Amino acid sequence: MKRFAKLFTTIDQSTKTNVKTAALAEYFAAAPDADRLWTIALFSGRRPKRAVTTTRLREWAAERAGIPLWLFEESYAIVGDLAETIALVLPPNTTQDDQSLSDWIAALREIYTQDEDARKAFVLSAWDRLGGAERFIFNKLITGGFRVGVSQKLMTRALARATDKPEAELAHRLMGNWHPDDTTWHALVEAEDASADASRPYPFYLAYGLEAEPQDLGAPEDWRAEWKWDGIRGQLILRDGQYFVWSRGEELMTDRFPELARALDFLPDGTVLDGELLVWPDDQPTPSSFNALQSRIGRKTVPKKLLTDAPVVLHAYDLLEWQGQDIRDLPFADRRATLERACADLPAQAPIRLSSQLPFADWDALAATRSDARDAQAEGVMLKRADSPYLAGRKKGDWWKWKLDPLTIDAVMIYAQSGSGRRANLFTDFTFAVWNGNELVPFTKAYSGLTDAEFRQITAWVRKNTLERFGPVRKVTPHHVFEIAFEGIARSPRHKSGVALRFPRMLRWRQDKPLQEANTLADLEEFLRIYG
Amino acid sequence: MTTSPVLTFTENGIYCAAGDFYIDPWRQVDRALITHGHSDHARWGMGRYLATHAALPVMRHRLGEISAEGIAYGEVRRIGDADVSFHPAGHVPGSAQIRVAVKGEVWVASGDYKVVDDGLSDAFTPVKCHHFITESTFGLPVFRWADQADVADQINGWWAACAKEGKTAFLGAYALGKAQRLLTMLDPAIGPVLTHTATEHTNRVMRDQGIVLPDTILADGDLKPKDHPGAIVLAPPSALGSAWAKKFGPQETAFASGWMAIRGVRRRRAGDRGFIISDHADWDGLLSAIKVTEAENIYVTHGYTDIFSRYLSDNGWNAQVVPTQFEGETLDKDATE
Repeated sequence: MKRFAKLFTTIDQSTKTNVKTAALAEYFAAAPDADRLWTIALFSGRRPKRAVTTTRLREWAAERAGIPLWLFEESYAIVGDLAETIALVLPPNTTQDDQSLSDWIAALREIYTQDEDARKAFVLSAWDRLGGAERFIFNKLITGGFRVGVSQKLMTRALARATDKPEAELAHRLMGNWHPDDTTWHALVEAEDASADASRPYPFYLAYGLEAEPQDLGAPEDWRAEWKWDGIRGQLILRDGQYFVWSRGEELMTDRFPELARALDFLPDGTVLDGELLVWPDDQPTPSSFNALQSRIGRKTVPKKLLTDAPVVLHAYDLLEWQGQDIRDLPFADRRATLERACADLPAQAPIRLSSQLPFADWDALAATRSDARDAQAEGVMLKRADSPYLAGRKKGDWWKWKLDPLTIDAVMIYAQSGSGRRANLFTDFTFAVWNGNELVPFTKAYSGLTDAEFRQITAWVRKNTLERFGPVRKVTPHHVFEIAFEGIARSPRHKSGVALRFPRMLRWRQDKPLQEANTLADLEEFLRIYG
Repeated sequence: MTTSPVLTFTENGIYCAAGDFYIDPWRQVDRALITHGHSDHARWGMGRYLATHAALPVMRHRLGEISAEGIAYGEVRRIGDADVSFHPAGHVPGSAQIRVAVKGEVWVASGDYKVVDDGLSDAFTPVKCHHFITESTFGLPVFRWADQADVADQINGWWAACAKEGKTAFLGAYALGKAQRLLTMLDPAIGPVLTHTATEHTNRVMRDQGIVLPDTILADGDLKPKDHPGAIVLAPPSALGSAWAKKFGPQETAFASGWMAIRGVRRRRAGDRGFIISDHADWDGLLSAIKVTEAENIYVTHGYTDIFSRYLSDNGWNAQVVPTQFEGETLDKDATE
């Protein structure tokens, strides 16, 4: 574990990409196969099967540390990370250990089948043999979630340096449904014939937000425009008579969208589509709000009624594989033409629609179209260069999202809760309210948009102005007004205020604004009337 | 007949009715006994100050013209009906716990303290008492400090690596106490030690009062960084990354504080490195200090007051939280920590 702990520490304590890449590349070049395979897995969110529940871990840690469980829990709330809290409260290790990362993982796999006493004995002995970063990593192997600032991009760059393979190929190899228990370093990274399993997705191409004026992009005829939908980006794979749905976050969502199975009836095998998953009932001119989709995201299995109430279709805007061929290198205009042909004869009952393009003669005309985006239940406009290939990851230049300015409302902070991880012990999660007569009605939470300095300032204020505590949540004196930006609004019976906001965040802290001048519930209702 | 407690907690701060004085008051009062010179304990505007001889020079430096008197550690002074004495708190040079005895009842207001000997401050001396006022800045079992020598090795290892790569090492630490303690831990064989103006001012005050500190070079506007390859710069955390710091070219930054024990804070604040070293007692330190006082009544202030006092209450002490106007040092202030 020492080699991996050293790598982890180097990456964890550096903010510099080149330092992290160099450390990873060096590790990938030198570590044993099983270790480097697991390293890729851990840094991409895969982990060993959980051998011990976190409840037991907490109990054993408190017991070993000689502290009551409530004190452990209080400490955890402040540290914000379970694996770290355990590593910190335990007494120092008394011996050393030389087993490798994969040895430890194998040992964890073994105790999976053993009874609880054996598991406890194993964990206690591990805690006694591992100190510092190694102990923390051991705990993370059980609890999961190595958030260490290694992006897929950084990992593939380091792998490319260590293996002399192109980054794009490696990015594709690392996608999808693999697990270190079922593959090897050789099969995953090196094997010539990467006989990928049928479900393997392509890396998504991600757009940057347009910051300058579109005029700067050059001639309008070099560009294609389409709505930027407010749904979930999805990749639909039709191979070997099966269908697979992947989210942008590389999560396999096939079971959540059973209606997409019918795509197999209408499109040929060897087809991969990139598009937007939207709830869009047949009888409506526009998709439903994101709120409707949310009811589908949370469910692993979908009841019949929900399938009827909130039917999902894929609005396809790109074609990545056609007739079994990877066509990502073709220009967008060509891929699009093939996509249009493939979708030309789709009947109404097909769960696939072609996401239409927005014709425009010049940038002003497109700006006018964009200003109507909310009427179409869209967030703005996507711009894609006609001759661009489908790249992997977030790359500047060929794809841009040109979103509408957000809606905003001034609201009063009434509850605060501390964050976790990098935001441990800092109040970052706030609940906001608007006026209804003399009463403040909570209507949304938000936790992003302020600078670290502002979070520190508000944290100090919260500590001095706490009225009541409910576990980790503090009720504070209504005093501070924040401008809340959001992308959309929908009626929601689940919320006290009756509304749900789409992507709320703090746009600015209105220290100039007195409490009484915050917006009202009536203002929210007005937003709902116009945009809901 | 009821007698009022020796010390009470008022909106001005800790008050002794028998002697009509305050300890570390936060509002302007006539007579203030000060545990140490940090700005959240020694405030401006008191009629008269009383502090240890070793604490006074820094207080004068920071507060300007004040009417102040010095007292030696252990010397007993009668104020009104109270017997008052100051005892080493081990926090920073000159820091004291203040013992107040009235008619056989003994209270100790410990200010900020640490129980390990840092080799610079007078080491913490336990004082037996009936009522003990304790801080709880690091009053959680996740805070356990490593030996000073181990931390010194880490810092020197980092500095040497920076020097080897041709980078200047910037170490952020509070100007009073922490900076001087770090100074004594640095290995002068690695390279020159430069100081920010604020840090050097405090160094001067301490040298003038006879405290021996290693040699330092003031890094003011006239200094040419190129003339000092392989240097480490001690500076207040707020100066890290400033225009002044940028003049030094390629550099790494680190922060030395007890809060660096928490990974989230380290990642948020530490720049390149975070070293875990504190002038406050860790969890074990707080508990051991409380035990040796033999006090039954514990008043918990500054820090994780709720949690720490609950733990003490569960373990047989009569503990209560003392409300303060200030939360004390939190991990996101450039604290006196």
